[in-house]
Amino acid sequence: MPRKVLEIEQKIEYLSILDENANVDKELEPDIPAEQLKSMYKYMLLGRRCDERMLKMQRQGRLGTFPQSAGHEAISIGSAINLHQDDWHVPAYRELAGMLYRGWPIENIILYWNGFEEGTAPPEHVNDLPICVPLATQLPHAVGIGMAMNYKKEKNVVMTYFGDGASSEGDCHEALNFASVFKAPVVFVCLNNQYAISVPLSRQMSCETVAQRAIAYNMPGIRVDGNDVLAVYVATKEAVERARAGYGPSLIEGLTYRLTPHTTADDPKKYRSEAETDEWAKKEPLIRFAKYLQNKGVMTAEDLEKMEAEVDNMVKTAVTKAEEMAKSEELLNPFTIIDHVYADMPQFLQEQRDELAELVKREAARKEKKNAKSETGARS
Amino acid sequence: MAEINMAKAINLALHEAMDRDDRVVVMGEDVGQDEGVFRITEGLFAKFGDDRVIDTPLAEAAIIGTAIGMSINGMKPVAEIQFTGFDYYAFHQIESHASRFRNRTRGRIHIPMVMRAPYGGGIRALEHHSESRETYYVHTPGLKVVIPSGPRNARALLHSSIQDPDPVIYLEPKACYRLFREEVPDKMETLPIGQAQVVKEGEDLTLISYGASLRAALEAAEDMEDDGIQAEVIDLLTVSPMDHKTIIKSVMKTGRAVIVHEGQRNCGIGAEIIARINEHAFLYLEAPIKRVTGLDIPIPYFSKERYYLPDAERVVIACKETLNF
Repeated sequence: MPRKVLEIEQKIEYLSILDENANVDKELEPDIPAEQLKSMYKYMLLGRRCDERMLKMQRQGRLGTFPQSAGHEAISIGSAINLHQDDWHVPAYRELAGMLYRGWPIENIILYWNGFEEGTAPPEHVNDLPICVPLATQLPHAVGIGMAMNYKKEKNVVMTYFGDGASSEGDCHEALNFASVFKAPVVFVCLNNQYAISVPLSRQMSCETVAQRAIAYNMPGIRVDGNDVLAVYVATKEAVERARAGYGPSLIEGLTYRLTPHTTADDPKKYRSEAETDEWAKKEPLIRFAKYLQNKGVMTAEDLEKMEAEVDNMVKTAVTKAEEMAKSEELLNPFTIIDHVYADMPQFLQEQRDELAELVKREAARKEKKNAKSETGARS
Repeated sequence: MAEINMAKAINLALHEAMDRDDRVVVMGEDVGQDEGVFRITEGLFAKFGDDRVIDTPLAEAAIIGTAIGMSINGMKPVAEIQFTGFDYYAFHQIESHASRFRNRTRGRIHIPMVMRAPYGGGIRALEHHSESRETYYVHTPGLKVVIPSGPRNARALLHSSIQDPDPVIYLEPKACYRLFREEVPDKMETLPIGQAQVVKEGEDLTLISYGASLRAALEAAEDMEDDGIQAEVIDLLTVSPMDHKTIIKSVMKTGRAVIVHEGQRNCGIGAEIIARINEHAFLYLEAPIKRVTGLDIPIPYFSKERYYLPDAERVVIACKETLNF
C-alpha cells in the first residue's frame, strides 16, 4: 500500500505586534483600555527597578544570590494581566514582575532571596504558588491544580511558566501530556531567553521552536516576540479564553533574551559575546512600550517620570521594610525551621527541637558574654 | 464483622473514604477500568466514575506532581504507584515538593495526599517489582511512612493516612495481600499514625518488625516458645514517625532486641532503631542488638529470592545468639 500522509492539523505561527522601534501593526493591535495599559507598564517598570535594586544589594552583600529577571517583563506581565484574581499563577523564578502584579509584597520577595523561606508563603488573597527552584517541577503542580478545577467545575485557569532549559526536563513533557489528556485549563508560558545558564538554545534542542512541541501534545501552540508585551497579551488572552471555555491547555512561547547573567553568581563572558547581548538589549520590552504609550497619548514624558519616581519610592520602601523584617524576632526565631515540618510535631522531632533549644540558649549566652565584654572594654 | 484479606481490606477503606469525602480521588495507572493490577481498586470505577477514579498516562512524576497540585487546590488524592520499583521516577516530586511545601510556606500550603504502592518481595515477581526502599522516605523530613501488616490495621491505617494533613507514603506489603484473612469490623475505624503495637507479650527478648517480615518474627516467636523463650513482638505499623517509646519500654523490660525487616541492612530502619535504643536504654541492654534483614544487594530475581528475604529460621538464630551473649 502506498504511503499515506497523516493529516495533523496544526500550524505554528509567529506573532509580533509592537516591534523594537515601537511600530505597531494596527490590524493586530489589541484594544486595551488606557488604565490597563498604564498598569501593565507600571508593573513591568516595577519588576525592572526592583530587579536592578536587588542586584545592587547583592553586590553590597545585602542580598543572597538570585536569578535576575530584567528583560522578561513583557512575557510576565503581558500574560499575567489576563488572569482573574482567583485564577492561579504558578511561576518558576524569573517572573518577578508578574508576581508583584499578582500581589506579592516586594519585601517578601526580597526576604526570600535573602534566605527566608517565609518569603514563599503566598499572601492571603493570592492563589499563587511560590517560586520554584527545581526546573519544570512546578508544571505538573499547575496541571494538578487545573485538574482539580475541572473536578470542582470551577471556571478558573492556571498560568504557569518555564524556560527553554526547563523545556528539556521530563516533568515538562509529562505535564504537557497530562494537561492535554485531561483538558486541564492550563496556559503554559515558555520564557525562551535562549540560554540555560551557559547552554545555548542550539544545544538545548534541535527543534527550531519550543512552541512546535504543542503539536506533539495536541494543543494550540504559538511563538510570539517575547519582548512585545502586546503580542504576549494577545496570545495569552486567547489561550486563557480557550481554557476558561473548556478547551484545555495551550503552549505559548515568548522568544526573548536573557540580558543579564543567569544569576548573580554567573559570568556570561565565558560563553557569549557582549556584542550579542548589546544587540538584544536594543530590543528589550520597556523601551518600545514606553514609546508606544507616548505615541498613543496614553502617557506623556512627564507621566513616565512621575511613574519612575513612584516605582522608585515603592522599591525603596520595600527594601527598608525587608531589612527591618530580616532583623525582627518573628523572622529570626530559630524554631520556625522545625515547627512547620509537620502539622503535629512527632516525638522524635520534639526531642530534636529540645536540642535546638539548647543550641539557641548557648548562642544567646555567647552573645550576652560578648556584649558584657565590649561594655567593660568601652568603660575602661 | 467479615473475614477478609489485606487486598480486600484496603479496597474497603478506599470505598469508605470515597463515600464519606468527595475530595478523595484515586489516581494511577490501571486503577480505573482494570481495577488495579492487584485488584486493590476493585469496584471503585464502577461506583464513582472516571472523575474520581482516574486512569492516568504512564508517567509517575506527573502522577505525583499532579496529585500535589490537586492537594493544593482542595482535594485529597490517593495516588497509586503500581510498584515501589517505579516510584523512583517520581522521587524528586516527593522529595523536593510533597515533603516540603508545608515547611517552606510555614504552613500556608500543605499537601494532604497519600502515595500508596505495593512494596516488598516474596511473590516471585519480575525484576524491579520487589523493592523495599522505605528508608529513603523515612530519611526525608516532612513525610510519614506507614506500613501495615494485616487486613485490619491496613484498613484502619489507610483511613488515618487519607485523613492526615501531611503527605503519607503508604506501603502495602504485597506478599500479604492475599496471604491470610482476618476479622475486620463492619464499622469504619482508624489507627493513630505513629503508634506501634505490641502484638505478643514476653519477658525474654524484644522482636521488632513491620510489614511482611512481621510474620517471620511471629513464627520465630512461636517456635522459640518450645524452648521456653518468651519473645515480645512489636509491630511498628508506622515506620516514620517511629513510636520508639513502645520499643524502649519493651527493651527496658527484656534487655535484648532483634530487628527484622526485608529492606537492605545498610542504613536501614534497623540501624535507626538501634541508634534510638542506644540513646534511650543503653544501660538496660544485656546484649548487642541484632538485625535480621535483606542483604546489601539488589533483591534477587525470584529464582534465588529466598536467600535474601528474612525468614523465621534466621530470626530464631539471631534471637538465640542474643540470648546466649
